[in-house]
Amino acid sequence: MSLNELTIAEARDALRKGDTTAAELTGACLSAIEKAGALNAFVHHTPEIAQEQAAAADQRLKAGDAPALCGIPLGIKDLFCTRGVPSQAASGILEGFRPEYESTVTRQLFASGAVMLGKLNMDEFAMGSSNETSVYGNAVNPWKVDDRLLTPGGSSGGSAAAVAGDLCLGATGTDTGGSIRQPAAFTGIVGIKPTYGRCSRWGIVAFASSLDQAGPMTKTVRDAAIMLQAMAGHDPMDSTSADIPVPDFEAALTGDIRGKKIGIPREYRMEGMPAEIEKLWADGAAMLRDAGAEIVDISLPHTKYALPAYYVVAPAEASSNLARYDGVRYGHRAALGKGDGIVEMYEKTRAEGFGKEVQRRVMIGTYVLSAGFYDAYYNRARKVRALIKRDFDEVFAAGVDAILTPATPSSAFGLGEMASADPVQMYLNDVFTVTVNLAGLPGISVPAGLDQKGLPLGLQLIGRPWAEGDLLNHAYVLEQAAGFAARPAKWWLEG
Amino acid sequence: MSIDIETARKVAHLARIAVPDAHLPDLARELSGILTFMEQLNEVDVTGVEPMTSVTPMRLKRREDVVTDGGYPEKVLSNAPDAREGFFAVPKVVE
Repeated sequence: MSLNELTIAEARDALRKGDTTAAELTGACLSAIEKAGALNAFVHHTPEIAQEQAAAADQRLKAGDAPALCGIPLGIKDLFCTRGVPSQAASGILEGFRPEYESTVTRQLFASGAVMLGKLNMDEFAMGSSNETSVYGNAVNPWKVDDRLLTPGGSSGGSAAAVAGDLCLGATGTDTGGSIRQPAAFTGIVGIKPTYGRCSRWGIVAFASSLDQAGPMTKTVRDAAIMLQAMAGHDPMDSTSADIPVPDFEAALTGDIRGKKIGIPREYRMEGMPAEIEKLWADGAAMLRDAGAEIVDISLPHTKYALPAYYVVAPAEASSNLARYDGVRYGHRAALGKGDGIVEMYEKTRAEGFGKEVQRRVMIGTYVLSAGFYDAYYNRARKVRALIKRDFDEVFAAGVDAILTPATPSSAFGLGEMASADPVQMYLNDVFTVTVNLAGLPGISVPAGLDQKGLPLGLQLIGRPWAEGDLLNHAYVLEQAAGFAARPAKWWLEG
Repeated sequence: MSIDIETARKVAHLARIAVPDAHLPDLARELSGILTFMEQLNEVDVTGVEPMTSVTPMRLKRREDVVTDGGYPEKVLSNAPDAREGFFAVPKVVE
């Protein structure tokens, strides 16, 4: 086994025992990245930073001062501002932007000794479910069953492809409507979106501030626990970051869920749901029952309205957040014609810099916030959002510990296959994940099996607010029982 | 709700995104499609429901009203497409 194929937990133990070094581990990943251009996962390479950080990590390991992530090579989603390194949210409008500061999450990761291999592909401003809206071009799923190239999902598509393709041991992702959990499911890896407020949003390019959360994307549930530990925590720079203690997530992985109550929401049984997804879901419930949990039917009556509510709230917040890209302080500015004033500068800059999907969402957001429509759309959506959260509150108040659902309505689809579809068709990818963002809850996607085509499928577990430890433990039990061991063939190494 | 071409033009301008006239019919159609999807929200009885302002009940933190950061204009300006003499430069705004 090559070093880049290790899990974070395996690498940590090998580093501490002195069986390998951070430099060797980093070298193995850098060489895997070099050979994986076909996946288009890494879009900015930082080998010098990686080697420097690895050398420092080896010093700390030698000195016996090595936190869990010390010497672990990671990929960082392009949405995170990293000092001196291009951070452009996969958008043309941030071309050339090199932040003078470090996001809180990456600062914390580096403080615990993690190594940054480079920046990862994503959908532009995290708006997309297939990584096809990126200014860098599509990221490609390492899983391939015929001659088609498949999407790794989105928006954290580069993160998912990099972890599933063994280019790094773990990656950061962000999740506004499913952007960690859907790509994790499409690539057979684990992805957790923590409770809103668990990870600081400071220095992460904002999409929809009331929904955005960062989280880890990893090969195993244990790795997710280890990495989330380093990412989480209170930050005075983010006024919505929760000032509550971060428990030991890895210690929560006891494998014991006896007596826990798992809810199966009947509204997630969508019309036209593929039989194999339905079966996977039932199998997952049986695994948790066999582990001693009680399975109960529950109702989340407003589920149907989550997607339309999301597609009002998220674009509204995005239109406001993205107003800052005006060609004045950073990034792209359009060449101006004679007599062009400041309004032409804004309009031309934003037309050139933003891709089609981003433009569409900014305009929808502008519309639903405009005078005369604010109440009809935006306020109504916020009321429906309150009802969606109330649905979950009531279920948890009735004693449910976690909720089990499918992660996605299908396995990975082909790149380009949705190109002529209605934008709303693409939005349906988020149907099982978006409720969790609207309610601010933690949710995790766990690989649970392969479909008939041989592509990974994931199950989602949703937890109580701030109970990521308990949620990870449920996910750990599911992971052990499902025993998902399939790996993609490394076709990109040939030829 | 269907968006006509004039409304699409107005929305594009409010969003400060230049859209050529030739693209306005397509834009109007796309926006109308998305708004139709959102209209499902009208089925929900929201009587007496407060619009959500914060997903987790929290009071925004307060801090002392003191300067905690700053003093590096060169860093602030380092990514500007056009900066001169310590300022962001833009096309003439006032005649």
